[in-house]
Parts: sequence; structure tokens; C-alpha cells
Amino acid sequence: MSIRFWRHRTKALSLISMFVMTMLLTGCFGNDEDWHGKNISGLMPELEFDLVNSQGEPVSGSDYSGRVRMLFFGFTSCPDVCPTALQKLNQATSSLAPELKEEVLTLFVSVDPKRDTPERLANYVDFFGDNIVGLTGTEPQLRELAKRYRTTFGYDEPDPDGNYAVSHSSAIYVFDRDGSARLLIRPDLKAQEIRHDLVALIQEDS
Amino acid sequence: MSLFDYLLPYDFSPLTILSYMLVMGFYGVGLFRMPEQGRPGALRIFAFTLGVMICYAVMQTRFDYYAQYMFFVHRGQHLILHHIGPILIALSNPLPVMRFWFAKISPRWKHTLRPLGWVYNVLQQPFIALFLFVGLIYFWLWPPIHFDAMLSRDLYWVMNWSMLLDGLLFWWLIFDPRPPAITSSLGYGRRMLVLAAAGVLQMFLGAWIVFSRDMVYDVYEVCGRAWPLDPEVDQLLGGMLTYIPPAMMSILGILLMLRRAMHEDGKYTNHSKNLEGKAS
Repeated sequence: MSIRFWRHRTKALSLISMFVMTMLLTGCFGNDEDWHGKNISGLMPELEFDLVNSQGEPVSGSDYSGRVRMLFFGFTSCPDVCPTALQKLNQATSSLAPELKEEVLTLFVSVDPKRDTPERLANYVDFFGDNIVGLTGTEPQLRELAKRYRTTFGYDEPDPDGNYAVSHSSAIYVFDRDGSARLLIRPDLKAQEIRHDLVALIQEDS
Repeated sequence: MSLFDYLLPYDFSPLTILSYMLVMGFYGVGLFRMPEQGRPGALRIFAFTLGVMICYAVMQTRFDYYAQYMFFVHRGQHLILHHIGPILIALSNPLPVMRFWFAKISPRWKHTLRPLGWVYNVLQQPFIALFLFVGLIYFWLWPPIHFDAMLSRDLYWVMNWSMLLDGLLFWWLIFDPRPPAITSSLGYGRRMLVLAAAGVLQMFLGAWIVFSRDMVYDVYEVCGRAWPLDPEVDQLLGGMLTYIPPAMMSILGILLMLRRAMHEDGKYTNHSKNLEGKAS
């Protein structure tokens, strides 16, 4: 009798678990918000770092709180990816209404501290508009920040002139006013799509 | 970086280290304390230790760093967690050690732990085991899910642990050393069918990745690679690691089962008939 009971139970449990598995598989693909960027709410930790700004002063994540922040990793000798992305972010933010413009800040983190001194960083970011801050730090500080946001960077062998390429993330991480990670913007997004997402983020909190 | 740095975990997980220490600890102490006639031989102990160590190595050394930022290294990681490690552990047959510890559990605890046994029995239904084994590979390689799993630290750990645990369940079901003629283990014919189905289904997925012209897994592109490897080469290598070795392992598994079935052919007939006679 116990065997029959046992078999019965196994069959019922199998059916239930099949059902649960199917529900799990189908339940994961829902996406209700219409962002142009990739929604990363809940996937990544809130904005936190210990770096130095382009005046050489130590700064942390809370120093820029209260605004929508866009975090981007790069280096000032970057030939294509960084200038294109920063240009695009500048385009997206410069056409915002003045009161909205104040609410957005771009954080450009140079992962090449050897060459990117604070002065050099200051000159570089000034070229890409007002609402942008250049940040850098020691290599361990930068590694920690990169690891926190599941990305990495690496240095190529220097050529005879001492120039070298740096591989880095091409994505822009967007954090809301509270510092929660919200969107991951791929570099192929258009400036107006980025603007749409930024406006939505600014307005949802105010 | 020194050699020592390569052995340190990239993403330190106390729970993972504790689990591995407990497994090796219980195995080692069990080996010493158990009666000599049931003790596994040196080769089996070696296979078990190697299986556990390679799983540990891909989770808690510098290997994990490369697995997070290179698609093909990630596929290699799952090949070890879901196939090679669990295969070695299952083939090493740690059953005597497990029996030794099971005998030490008090009856009250055995009673409380019974629901675990039910869950285990459900998961080891051949169809469910196959569904879970192949389903998990498809699930974590589904491009949007894969993207999220590589971005979220928590999801990443869930992914790797689910692959390892499911690998252990599946390959234990396949390589269960107890002869099906006289125990409740799965029959050899069914084991071979499950292996063949798992092999074919993995080949579909692997072939799809290998022959995709577009970038299927762009998270490595977005988040930066560990070194500047051509994205298409990375995807091709990763696809081949999903395509070829798992298919080979299915075939090897089938051959092993055939050999066992031929060995046991006729061996237990009288015995099981006697049992049947007694039961009726």
C-alpha cells in the first residue's frame, strides 16, 4: 500500500513541478516599461565609489546625489568609443529644458590613471559640456568600481612612443536620484532615445 | 600578478568555500572512519577529489574572472560545472561514504529529512531530469536571461550553482552504480535514451550559436572583454564548447552504459526471479 501511495505522490509531485518549471520559464520574459535602454533595476548595486575628481579632490558616490547620473568608463586618449559616447550624451542633455538639464550629471571615469592626470581630465571633460564630471583614482579603486558594475578594463602593450590602447566597457550606466541602478545604455542608442529615457527618469522622481 | 594571485577567488563567496570544505571534509573523514572493505580505492578517491577540485577552481579562482568577461571561457566553466566535474564525481561512486554518514543520522532526523527524499525522487524522474538538464542550459543561454545573469552578481551565483547541482543530479542518475535489475535505479535502456536526447538537444543549441552570423551574446561586448579578442571568434569558440564536448560526453556515457548492460546481462535474472517469487 505504501508503495502505491508513494507512486501516486511521485506522479502528482512530478506534474506539479513540471507546471512550476513552465511557469518559471515563461514568467521571466515579461517587460512592461518602455525604456530605450536596458532596464537593470534590481540587477546592480546602487551608485557608490571612492575616486578623485578633476580638481584632484577625493569624492564619493554621495557627493553627487539627488541627480540622475550617467556613469561611463573610458580614457582621454580613446580614439573613437569615448568621444562618440560623450558627444552623444552631450547632445542628449544639451537639448533638455534648462530646469531638467540641472538634474542630469555625466560621470566620466578614466580607467587610465597613469596618463590621465586631473588636469588632463579637466581639459577633456570641459570639451563635452557643463554637466559632466571627470573622475579617476588608483588602479585598485578603479578595479573595485569596475567589478561592482560587472565590467573590466585592460591595457595593451605600449608602442615605441609609449602609447597604448585601453579596453573598457562601452555601456553607460544610468542611476536615478536615489542612486539606484536603473538603465544600461548601449552605445548604439540615438541621442533622442537617451533623452527620452533621461526625461522619464527625471520626471518620475520629482 | 603572481601565481598565488591566480589561485585567489575573483569574487569571494564564503558560502561556496564553506560548501566545498564541508564536502571534502565529510568525504575525507568518512573515508578514514568507515570499515575497510567498503572503502573506495585510490583511483576512485582521486576521481572524486579531482571532480570537486576542478569545480572549485572554476568558481573560486582567477578562472572566474575570465569566465565573467569572455564568452568562451564562460562556456568552459559550465562544461566543467555541468558535465566534467559531476561526471568524475558520479563515476567515483561516493555511495559507500554517503551510506556511512547516513547510518550516523538519528532516526528522528531521518524522518524530518524525508521530504528531501521525495523532492529528490521527483527530480530523478527521467523526463524531469532531462528537462531540467537541457532546460537549464537553454534557460541560462537564452540571450536576455544570459545578459541579466552576467550583469547581476546574485543571478550569476544562482546560475553557476544551479548548473553544478543539476549536473550532479543528472550524472548521478546516469552513472548510478547500483544495478537496475535488483535496485530502484534507472534501467540502462532509459539511461541511454536520456543521454541521447540530451546530446541531440545540446547539439541544436551549440550549432545555433556556432552558425549565428550576428552577435547573440553582446553582454561581453557591452561590458568589456578580459582581453581584446575578436567577438566573432569568442562566440564561435563558445558555441563549439557548447556543441562538441557535451555531445561527445553523451556518446561516451551511452558506451559506458552499453558495457555495463552487457556485463550484467543474465547476471541477476535468477536473483530477481527469486525476489519476485518471494514478493508474490
